[in-house]
Amino acid sequence: MALKETPSQTVGPYFAYGLCPQQYDFDYKSLFTPDMAGPETPGEHITLIGRVIDGDGNPVFDAMLEFSQVDANGRYPASREAIAQNGFRGFARVGTGTDEQQRFIVRTVKPGSENAGEAPHVNVIVMMRGLLTHAFTRIYFEDEAAANAEDPVLAAVPAARRDTLIARRSEQAGSIVYQFDIRMQGEQETVFFDL
Amino acid sequence: MDESILSPRDFDSHPAYVYPPYRSSVKRGPTLPLIPLKEKLRNQHAPVYGTDDLGALDHDLTRNAAKNGAPLGERIIVTGRVLDEGGKPVRNTLVEIWQANAAGRYVHKQDQHDAPLDPNFLGAGRAITDNDGRYRFLTIKPGAYPWGNHPNAWRPNHIHFSLFGDYFGSRLVTQMYFPGDPLLAFDPIYQGTPENARERLISRFSLDTTEEGFALGYEFDIVLRGPNQTPTER
Repeated sequence: MALKETPSQTVGPYFAYGLCPQQYDFDYKSLFTPDMAGPETPGEHITLIGRVIDGDGNPVFDAMLEFSQVDANGRYPASREAIAQNGFRGFARVGTGTDEQQRFIVRTVKPGSENAGEAPHVNVIVMMRGLLTHAFTRIYFEDEAAANAEDPVLAAVPAARRDTLIARRSEQAGSIVYQFDIRMQGEQETVFFDL
Repeated sequence: MDESILSPRDFDSHPAYVYPPYRSSVKRGPTLPLIPLKEKLRNQHAPVYGTDDLGALDHDLTRNAAKNGAPLGERIIVTGRVLDEGGKPVRNTLVEIWQANAAGRYVHKQDQHDAPLDPNFLGAGRAITDNDGRYRFLTIKPGAYPWGNHPNAWRPNHIHFSLFGDYFGSRLVTQMYFPGDPLLAFDPIYQGTPENARERLISRFSLDTTEEGFALGYEFDIVLRGPNQTPTER
């Protein structure tokens, strides 16, 4: 262990043309998109929708989020060939600057359990201007109450704060939506992890 | 079964979430303690990608957005190795960069700084590290620009870097600065970094990398979190 980590710095306000160019209509190919799964991916198709809220209660219009999850069978994609086969990328990147309400909108399938005893969840990285070091959080699912009750990570979170990690399920225009706001500060500050 | 974990994030190397001289951190940085989550490496995944995902000119910012000529400004080579804390090269890992043009203007629509855009420069690039963990970009030296954080606030010249490494937890977004920049002393983003770690953000001018009659060379090595090799010490 000879070397020291390179320090983190903020992603700043101008990441869009470099990191999510197509979402923001720049003429440069996006390597990652807000779509974690394709229409052909097996599983229950869902949409994750939410906002990033600052300490004044205002939505953040220049956040960038990344999402990582297993497929409905609990597996990450193994290769580019596997992704080409079933459309499941297992990773999404989205900025909050293209939706009128500053929401992120991520299409995916509901994840299975990666390991026995773990509740289905989505891993999230949060970045934005003003955040010098990125933050990790997780999205769990409201309708997985039994699995959530057994999950060791949720169990390590103070009971009063667990709710900040649970997405709310609803049906909107025939599709399944999970609502998950990320609150950076305040009484309902989202739980962030030291991963 | 591999039960190893990532070495703990070294918070002595990273800026605090809230650093009041950097104004926008005040209402955006988390204030409650982080909850420890020691996820095993076999459960941590970086996204899947490959060299085939990149365009042939993605690493060359002097050409990857050229419309009718070359971008204005000073051509530079930016290269370095991506290593883990054990000194092992991080191979086949994606390095994404973005930056202002030579005049200090970003292509982003929100950047209203009164400096010209360059029709031949986007300012975005990417590369995948080789077997030694090395990446290499050809670009234009970015200009300084005002940003309104405090009176007469100017960002030092910098290039934004984004890396994944091999694991979800080795993610790093950072900025590379240039040696001898007088603005570093006044920049709250740079100054918000722990004093003993700041200099790791400054690239090194290298005459060996510099190409005769063509471009100055800068070396910037990047160290990501790696597998925890000394579990008994912690």
